[in-house]
Amino acid sequence: MLAVAFIAFAMFQFVGDPISNLVGQDTSTEEREQLKQDLGLNDSIVVQFGHFIGNAVQGEFGKSYRLRKPVKELIAERFPATLELSLLSAFIALLVGIPMGVYTALRRDSWLAQGFMTLSLIGISLPTFLIGIFLILFFGVMLQWLPTFGRGETVDLGWWTTGFLTVSGWKSLIMPAITLAIFQMTLIVRLIRAEMLEVLRSDYIKFARARGLKERSISFSHALKNTLVPVITIIGLQIGSLIAFAIITESVFQWPGMGLLFIQAIEEVDIPIMSAYLLLIAFVFVLINLIVDVLYYAIDPRLRMN
Amino acid sequence: MVEYFIDLRQRFFASDIWWSFKSSPLVVIAAFITVIIIFSSVFASYVAPYNPFDLAQFDLMDALKPPAWMAEGTSKFLLGTDDQGRDVLSTILYGSRVSLLVGFLSVIFAMIIGIVVGLIAGYSGGWVDAVLMRIADVQLSFPAILIALLVDGIARGLLPKNSHDELAIYVLIVAIALSFWVQYARTVRSSTMVERTKEYVQAAQVIGLPKLLILFRHILPNVMGPVLVIATIQLALAVITEATLSFLGVGVPPTSPSLGTLIRVGNDYLFSGEWWITVFPGLALVILVLAVNILGDWLRDALNPKLR
Repeated sequence: MLAVAFIAFAMFQFVGDPISNLVGQDTSTEEREQLKQDLGLNDSIVVQFGHFIGNAVQGEFGKSYRLRKPVKELIAERFPATLELSLLSAFIALLVGIPMGVYTALRRDSWLAQGFMTLSLIGISLPTFLIGIFLILFFGVMLQWLPTFGRGETVDLGWWTTGFLTVSGWKSLIMPAITLAIFQMTLIVRLIRAEMLEVLRSDYIKFARARGLKERSISFSHALKNTLVPVITIIGLQIGSLIAFAIITESVFQWPGMGLLFIQAIEEVDIPIMSAYLLLIAFVFVLINLIVDVLYYAIDPRLRMN
Repeated sequence: MVEYFIDLRQRFFASDIWWSFKSSPLVVIAAFITVIIIFSSVFASYVAPYNPFDLAQFDLMDALKPPAWMAEGTSKFLLGTDDQGRDVLSTILYGSRVSLLVGFLSVIFAMIIGIVVGLIAGYSGGWVDAVLMRIADVQLSFPAILIALLVDGIARGLLPKNSHDELAIYVLIVAIALSFWVQYARTVRSSTMVERTKEYVQAAQVIGLPKLLILFRHILPNVMGPVLVIATIQLALAVITEATLSFLGVGVPPTSPSLGTLIRVGNDYLFSGEWWITVFPGLALVILVLAVNILGDWLRDALNPKLR
């Protein structure tokens, strides 16, 4: 986290001159010096870094060079859109991916399982943005069922704007969420299948069969449960790529989330937004790691013993 | 000399790899497609029906013509034309050249960084190893595309604005390479640690060869196998990353479009019904990536003695 904070700070330091971004052409050298003094740019690097961290903790990242608005406001405006999109797509991916993975492991040789595996290979080879474009082409342009950009109507709940409460909000959400879900889904299917095949070969499954337990209870309460520990580790790590792929999805569907903000910031070299986004993501990563660790304890009783 | 090559040829056709290649039709098809795509994009200026960068060869009057089999299409343009009257098939051929070039160069660059870091970390051990691998771990926890985006963004900030378009392709190569080196470094490091304790390395140390010579002449050839497998799989990833970055508008500029740039440009015409400008470059990308992926998967399994 600190390492990322330092990179974000270094970006401020070395990329571009903040003074020339703030003042006009005809400002005199004295005025520039005065401004530099006021902004604390003449302090030592260590002091400046301290200020930077102090401000970041309070959520202050300065003003966007391009939009002339505080970064804090911009991010708060966009955050709900991204979160709703990511949550729904993670939900879809898990809801569809886990049963598909279990099925392909249990009925390995059936044609349906083979079909799922082929689909997942294609899913891995298809870049996210192409999935989005093809969805737009079929459901948006040809069939005209679903809107192709934006969030639709949103309901303002004061500090949170949600698209979950209106029909047009849901309609706009479907395609981006599916686009984002497909990549994770293919990964979850392959992972669960591989882990499950391993577990099914182990002794305690044989023993459970010998005890005459029902096949269903063996598959789900013995095999699946033991599959989940490594799967959760990797899914936790995958949340990072969820964020990265959200950038792409948001860009394809012009979804007004943080990813779109970040892409525009890169195009325009808008450093305050870039570094704020970076810090936010690092924070999310740390948070996810924490959640994953807690989940281990919830799933695996062996860890609770010591 | 000639006998040597004949012997080499016989050994190749008798090898396990050739056998496993022959016995999988999917892999043969994938290899065939890959070779065709590479060949036709390298020789794009001979294969393509038109040169999309030669202003004399396209005409605005031909703009937005649909593919040849549709009612308004002409046989002149097999896959239709784009908004400036350029033949879509030709732009795809030239575009895949840019995509493949960026893909290959970034993979090679990443490989060089990864091998050097891996060799040094694996051979020296101690704190050098700890520091290098900690950096690699931190980077590995971030998705590659995010890192490529960041490198790209920072480079844009550092470089003067008017040189963005000229340098874009090099920035892109470096950005992709910097986000992919970790895989190589980790693999090379672990095999170097194994090789280091072997007798031939100890012998080389005893006769007092310099460290660099031992690393690159003795250890490197023995750790290259897995590296080549990773490189094949990474090539597909690098092509996807390039396309994605270009699609997002931070990659190759429209003046020398790659497949990703073509898809980005065509995306604006999707809503007015000119779907072919986007869909054909998209399909080309999918076929290329799928073929390389299948080859990479096969190579990994064929070279892995455990799976035989």
